[in-house]
Amino acid sequence: MTIERADIEKLAKLAQIGITEENIVATTNSINSVLTLVDQLQAADTTAVEPMANPLDATQRLRADTVSEANCRENFQNIAPAVADGLYLVPRVIE
Amino acid sequence: MSWETVIGLEIHVQLATKTKIFSGASTAFGAAPNTQACAIDLAMPGTLPVLNKKAVDMAILFGLAIDAEINLVSAFDRKNYFYPDLPKGYQTTQLDKPIVGPGTVEITLADGSHKNIRIHHAHLEEDAGKSLHEDFDGMSGIDLNRAGTPLIEIVTEPDISNAEEALAFAKKLHGLVTSIGICDGKMSQGSLRFDVNVSVRRPDEPLGTRTETKNLNSFRFMEKAIAKEVARQIDVLEDGGTIRQETRLYDGDTDSARSMRSKEEANDYRYFPCPDLLPVVIEQNHIEALRASLPELPEARKKRYMADYSLSDYDAGILSDDASMAHYFEASAEVADDAKLAANWIMGELSAQLNSSETDINDSPVSAEQLGGLIVRIKDGSISNKMARTVFEALWNNPADKSSADDIIEQLGLKQVSDSGAIETLVDEVIANSAQQVANYAKADASKRPKMLGYFVGQIMKASKGQANPQQVNEVLLKKLDALI
Repeated sequence: MTIERADIEKLAKLAQIGITEENIVATTNSINSVLTLVDQLQAADTTAVEPMANPLDATQRLRADTVSEANCRENFQNIAPAVADGLYLVPRVIE
Repeated sequence: MSWETVIGLEIHVQLATKTKIFSGASTAFGAAPNTQACAIDLAMPGTLPVLNKKAVDMAILFGLAIDAEINLVSAFDRKNYFYPDLPKGYQTTQLDKPIVGPGTVEITLADGSHKNIRIHHAHLEEDAGKSLHEDFDGMSGIDLNRAGTPLIEIVTEPDISNAEEALAFAKKLHGLVTSIGICDGKMSQGSLRFDVNVSVRRPDEPLGTRTETKNLNSFRFMEKAIAKEVARQIDVLEDGGTIRQETRLYDGDTDSARSMRSKEEANDYRYFPCPDLLPVVIEQNHIEALRASLPELPEARKKRYMADYSLSDYDAGILSDDASMAHYFEASAEVADDAKLAANWIMGELSAQLNSSETDINDSPVSAEQLGGLIVRIKDGSISNKMARTVFEALWNNPADKSSADDIIEQLGLKQVSDSGAIETLVDEVIANSAQQVANYAKADASKRPKMLGYFVGQIMKASKGQANPQQVNEVLLKKLDALI
């Protein structure tokens, strides 16, 4: 699979990334080389291989059910863009 | 031609842990906004989740209680979607390897018949925060105290055929999770929430298209939402229309439902294994230790009530299904030293008051001890049933007042007169003042006489200000009248 200049322009717009005119060819080429690598990987036969979710030979550690976190609301809300009455404010969402 | 309804439920059960599923922040209900939302719950960069052992144990206990397979290896996945009350941008849940495999829950219906509802699986996941849409002038307020609260989501097979069965199942499940102590069962606080999948079809035809109504947090709303959705689907189909696969929202306050999103607009959750959490491996001997710690299940409790207290199947079922109800019953029966009377009062007067005021039995203004004390006074003849209801009302209406039934009886001067001498005097007086009625009584046909007693009893009760023991009044009156004829 290869992608064209127009695909890169569209992706850049969707991802809100500015790619300059002089960079657009180089970007298209490097992404295409990654896709070539993916094609190579996909050629491998994996029918008998169990999907590996994690490379570690370990199991999940569990913690005791005791409260260990203090109330740090003030610290967290200092760096929030907008707060009121202890709530974080976000642009209105309604389902 | 008739229609068949096919219902499947998904139930979110908040686990009664002290802390979140992946962080050490408290899960206590009712705290000020965001005071129990730590860096992990807020999805701050660089944080990692660590799984709460208690949440895992509670999920296993549930599995054991419904005779399900417990998966010795389970794993967490990420369910991706964007919503401001989900700061990570994904919910950590279990998709392919849930901790609890297939099981069954038996329900009992009003006609006494039993039905098995199969459980497809139950998995561990985290709750989201809460969005408040009012009061912020074009903005929404987000409280993340609930974010990361441990849940098990229980998914049934589509084995439920109507609202009655759904209700019986929901109540049974509520009783089960509260009895084994993994959930506080407080519906009004969202501790148990139901999603209902409904479709209809003609008998012997393939399954119809289903809709999902989400987030029902009371038994009554669930029952009404199902009835409404079944009627809507039948109407649409009988008018020649088709059912759209969609998610619907039910508003209990207005008893109305609307479409939230259709299948075409449905989210693609892009599930993938959570790289922050390793597979959860459970040892068989740990499962056996948990099995040994399981408390009495409602089914066993019911059998015990039938055997020890000679309660009927139906009565025993109602009193044993819910752990709080069972606890209340046993406590009041012990004080009253009479299980049958305690059962009658709980299922009668108390349940009527709880239902009409939508009060949880845990918040009953009349305690089990108070009710037990009241029953003691009915049994020893101190008060009549009618007086007992007055006392009960007084206890109910003064929740802060810790008075005993005896205190109220004293205050209201409700002592029943059971002194036979006093009653005879009352009867004699009324008979002496009712010469005409006595003459009529004597003349009347024997079959008409019982009806004529009402006049005398009424006069006697009035003369005693309602405090004469009615049973004794009847006996004495009959004896004296018969002697006059």
